[in-house]
Amino acid sequence: MSIAVSRVSKRFGDFVALDDVSLAIAGGSLTALLGPSGSGKSTLLRVIAGLEMPDAGEVAILGEDVTGIPPQRRGVGFVFQHYAAFKHMTVRDNVAFGLTIRRRPKAEIRAKVAELLSLVQLDGLADRYPAQLSGGQRQRMALARALAVEPKVLLLDEPFGALDAQVRKELRGWLRRLHENVRVTTVLVTHDQEEAMEVADRVAVMNHGRIEQTGRPRDLYEHPANAFVMSFIGAVNRLGDAFVRPHDVELTLEPNGDTRAGTVTRILHLGFEVRVELVLDDGQQIWAQVTRNESEELELEPGESVHIRPSRARVFA
Amino acid sequence: MVVVNAFGDGIGPVLDALRDPAFLHALQLTVTAVVIAVPLNTVFGVVCALALVRRGSDRGSWLLNSAIGLPLALSPVVVGLSLVLVYGRDGWLGSWLVANGIPVVFSTPGIVLATVFVTLPFVVREVVPVLREIGSDQEEVSWTLGAGPAQTFRRITLPAIRWGVAYGVVLTTARALGEYGAVAVVSGRLAGKTETLTIHVDEQYLRFNEVAAYTTSLVLALLAVLTLVALSVLQPRHEKEVSDVDRRQPGVEALR
Repeated sequence: MSIAVSRVSKRFGDFVALDDVSLAIAGGSLTALLGPSGSGKSTLLRVIAGLEMPDAGEVAILGEDVTGIPPQRRGVGFVFQHYAAFKHMTVRDNVAFGLTIRRRPKAEIRAKVAELLSLVQLDGLADRYPAQLSGGQRQRMALARALAVEPKVLLLDEPFGALDAQVRKELRGWLRRLHENVRVTTVLVTHDQEEAMEVADRVAVMNHGRIEQTGRPRDLYEHPANAFVMSFIGAVNRLGDAFVRPHDVELTLEPNGDTRAGTVTRILHLGFEVRVELVLDDGQQIWAQVTRNESEELELEPGESVHIRPSRARVFA
Repeated sequence: MVVVNAFGDGIGPVLDALRDPAFLHALQLTVTAVVIAVPLNTVFGVVCALALVRRGSDRGSWLLNSAIGLPLALSPVVVGLSLVLVYGRDGWLGSWLVANGIPVVFSTPGIVLATVFVTLPFVVREVVPVLREIGSDQEEVSWTLGAGPAQTFRRITLPAIRWGVAYGVVLTTARALGEYGAVAVVSGRLAGKTETLTIHVDEQYLRFNEVAAYTTSLVLALLAVLTLVALSVLQPRHEKEVSDVDRRQPGVEALR
């Protein structure tokens, strides 16, 4: 295991940020810590980096217990949501910082910085100051700065959180490709389930300072361990005790044994996907996700009565 | 006005006033107070601001904050009187100090002490908001990149707060040069011994040596002008420092 967190707890006053958390992260993987705000995901990342001291438990990096070791000797690269650019330094000096601190020879630093700037596609901007860069460029600079010291693990705290949607999408794909090239064990904190599913090969879902479930994105979606994971990863309807994905709600025009009757209230056309909002006869509101073709076949209109049947439903104890 | 009055009888009396040993001594004393108070309060101010912002525990920082506010809230005369009470011949510390040959009140140490106290808050008050604004992200990144606390302070924190510190230093200097109330009480106002520039002005004026009073005022006014120039040069940089570029994220930013 590249990172092993065992039984870590952390409180801030009365607030329990981490409650007996254990997590193992395989070398070379890209793991996402996914959860709502206040779920403890950033605190867990900061504990791994050594920026927070856990009240209890241990952290090991590459088999070495680092619990009592300060961040400067842990060999981690850390990237913040707001870039944390050193504003009084040029892009070159920002990226070179860790190497300058380590007193590496000037020629070596120059070569390494040039290599990294080209890796993050910032060649030619070495003499700019961070204020002259866009948000996306600043974050790529921050990434190059973290990679410069060849960290054992790379820790990213909501790295795309401050960027607008378009840039965020591009950078996600770019990060995935970068990871394929560099292969450094990476942990990414995010509250965006789509981002986690798209970028990570493993996802740990967190809630109230605990890890609810860890697994491959697909496994989490298809075999959620509990109601929280099911509703946090992807959309759900509740039908009594059961949880149903909107794409597992089948619509028919005629009643058919175990179907339930309802009325269409609204139809949203989102391109390929069509969202049908319904009220069931007992007053419950749900929605179904159908394809454009299915919706055309049914010729649905608001106000029309339909019959629904969940093709797959889950009940959690 | 000060200029007109100073040069009312030509340049001769002005030069005489500038050559007066009492004036020269007052100038020297003021400079001494400034040279001690300013570096002391700069270091103290930066350390205090770091303690307040970065170690921000609740009760300790409340206490520290109040203590720093005190010199601003309290009349300098009261500060002076308090120093006399503590360090005077019959004061708590004073009796022991005098017995050991270290007079504080009516001598240079008292003047320096009074100046240090009244100029205490300026650097802290300029640096605290800058530290809050820049946040701790940059320092934390620096740690993860292998820099220890001292290296991080020198390479990251200090450059980030430098204009705030400079602004505070100028304010401190201005206040130290112009301090009258507290110094007037502790100094005993002995010409050629414990007179600072401000007290020298007052004394000469009371003795109808108007040219000397105006000349000394002119020196103080020139120093004030220098202060203003320094402040106006520092102001924009200081403001830029307070408003962090990273947090003023424009909504739409191109990737390239």
